Amino acid sequence: RKIIFEKQWFYLDNAIGHIYGTTFEVTNGGNLQPKQEVEETSTETKEAGTDNRNIVDDGKSQKLTHDDIKALKDKGIKGQEIVQQLIENSTTFRDKTEFAQDKYIKKKKKKYEAVITIVKPSTRILSTMYYAREPGKINHLRYDTLAQMLTLGNIHAGSKIIVMETCAGLLLGAVMERMGGYGSIIQMYPGGGPVRAATSCFGFPKLFFDNLHEFPLSKVHSLLSGTFSTETLPSDPEDNTLVEEESNGLTDEKQISLQETEEEPAPEAAMEINQTEEQETIDINVDDVEFKENKEKENKENVREKQIKQWERRRKLIEAAALLREKNADGLIVASKFHPTPLLLSLLEFVAPSRPFVVYCQYKEPLLECYTKLRERGGVINLKLSETWLRNYQVLPDRSHPKLIMSGGGGYLLSGITVVLDKGKSDSSNLEALKMEEPSPKRCKVQDLHC
Amino acid sequence: MSFVEYGDTIKDGDTAIVFLGHESMFPVKVQHGTVTQTKYGVIRHSTDLIGKKYGSKVTCSKGGWVFILHPTPELWTMNLPHRTQILYSTDISIITMMLELKPGSIVCESGTGSGSLSHALIRTVAPTGHLYTVEFHQQRAEKAREEFREHGVEHLVTVTNQDVCKNGFGVSDIADAVFLDIPSPWEAIGHAKSALKAEGGRICSFSPCIEQVQRTCLAMEEYGFTEINTLEILLRVYNVRTISLQIPDLGKAAEDNSLTGFDSSNPSNQGSLCANLQQGTVQFKSGVPLREMVGHTGYLTFATKS
Repeated sequence: RKIIFEKQWFYLDNAIGHIYGTTFEVTNGGNLQPKQEVEETSTETKEAGTDNRNIVDDGKSQKLTHDDIKALKDKGIKGQEIVQQLIENSTTFRDKTEFAQDKYIKKKKKKYEAVITIVKPSTRILSTMYYAREPGKINHLRYDTLAQMLTLGNIHAGSKIIVMETCAGLLLGAVMERMGGYGSIIQMYPGGGPVRAATSCFGFPKLFFDNLHEFPLSKVHSLLSGTFSTETLPSDPEDNTLVEEESNGLTDEKQISLQETEEEPAPEAAMEINQTEEQETIDINVDDVEFKENKEKENKENVREKQIKQWERRRKLIEAAALLREKNADGLIVASKFHPTPLLLSLLEFVAPSRPFVVYCQYKEPLLECYTKLRERGGVINLKLSETWLRNYQVLPDRSHPKLIMSGGGGYLLSGITVVLDKGKSDSSNLEALKMEEPSPKRCKVQDLHC
Repeated sequence: MSFVEYGDTIKDGDTAIVFLGHESMFPVKVQHGTVTQTKYGVIRHSTDLIGKKYGSKVTCSKGGWVFILHPTPELWTMNLPHRTQILYSTDISIITMMLELKPGSIVCESGTGSGSLSHALIRTVAPTGHLYTVEFHQQRAEKAREEFREHGVEHLVTVTNQDVCKNGFGVSDIADAVFLDIPSPWEAIGHAKSALKAEGGRICSFSPCIEQVQRTCLAMEEYGFTEINTLEILLRVYNVRTISLQIPDLGKAAEDNSLTGFDSSNPSNQGSLCANLQQGTVQFKSGVPLREMVGHTGYLTFATKS
């Protein structure tokens, strides 16, 4: 398979068998070759200038033309050599300061030396990658914010965590990594099914998924009010008709196979769609009766398979519902495109007392509202609205300075701890009475929503 | 209870957190027959704590109430007795992620200090990982051992009393990650390298001063570490406040007040603004920064052993 990455293309085949962290060079044919450690010839005294007062940037200092460089590349000359050639053919190189020379070399190396390092995926790598390349897919959840969530939520092996996210499965993956396969996770999802594109990038062993459950948000209210039933699964409106109808279930099948495409791996769905398409063409061709009979048999098997899958899904749904009904989850972690307030107010019901919860929002204002509503609800303490700023540094001898500062663009967090919820009038009036007796420093000011 | 496993009810011997209100809490060792004094009165462990569910409200003798919370490394960090300057959860969070720690990881740490980071590391590597922590101060090392025992995590940690710069961590070729929070980390880089596994191990050094960072980065490069990267993380906390701002009196143009910009009769204003034209104020909710000056704790330098 050809991989294209940052204007570089190559085949991964030669990488198989090497340990993670190996650095490869991309040869002319697009193949990977382990890179040899090259001795840096930095011991010889370099000729360098003191400052740039006489250096004129007229675009004419490089003697090699585009065509010359291309010719070198075509000849199969290694990137290192090309960089050397560029240095030798630059009229201004030796006038640059040592630092400027270093910078120049680094820049040219990046352009002409195709060096790839293959690393093992982890939350660190995936979260930084996603934030840099596809922030929209993860609601601009910056990796340091994600790191805070995992710690504030006390995500660790052996707990029972409720996760609600629309970050392509990145948050789920991060939680799974920190749980190491121990404990259980219930992922709440909107719509037809959870998106776990990023989760699969982590490369978790299969057993990690044994204790991963999912539950549709659309059933939360019914679960909380006690009216939950498995009669209508979110993505299967044509449940029963499938069993009875076959060839006439064309539109139904198509609908279902389209919906299933969202949830199941592509090859399977493609097969089902092909099946449906074939069905249509066959119906048109009335003469091919035998062929049609065989197809109907296959169709019946297909239907049976689908039935089994549905029973499996139903069973899992009941399992997840049972886990939630216990209302003893050890934590709640939310990062989604939805307004956080309704999510928190409902999902907190499933969490045991004295357990942490964290909710992420790209914007601050919805969390202000969430904070207020949580105060009204009660049963939460230590509410904290925060964000983290990240600043990275260049540390080089005589050249150390900060580089970027990342703030605001990483989103906000609201965290807190659950406590036993005081329900009923008598409790709250007791609460009022007790609060009256509190010494003055603790008395709540009208505008001061603390505690 | 333990710091690595949740329990439901308070038991004799537990360490619990007594929560009194906004940023006011303290740890308590639960023991039969003991009493704890709070500003709301007395808490009797035998009757008020033992057997109660974590997260319960407990009424003290004077009538005020508190909440009893299950300990977590984060709550411990906010409440532990300081023997040294400690690391707070903000730094701890990014350290944990950047070192790629997870259940089963083997971590080396020096110095142990007051055990703030130690507890967080232990929590993350449990139940199959291990923390090797080195502290050159004998009493602090002993106190750390004692606390780990009390908190039910002693099987996950080994405290060694020695100088990491001279004698290393006491292990070799097995660590997934090494963390250094010492005055001269560049002197321990060599030992860190030998403690780390052959390939892919991560290292982190925490230093308050840039000069220390510079020397450490140089040492890391000399020892062949790659992906050397220095950063700083700062926490901003916001207070949620309802703010009232006065509307200035700009006099009257004609009969109507439409020039003020605030229309109290407009239903779309209900959500965010609440103009009270009679009193001349507008109310809104805001996230007010808690402190304008964000504190510097230290620079974090990460690298990979290749």
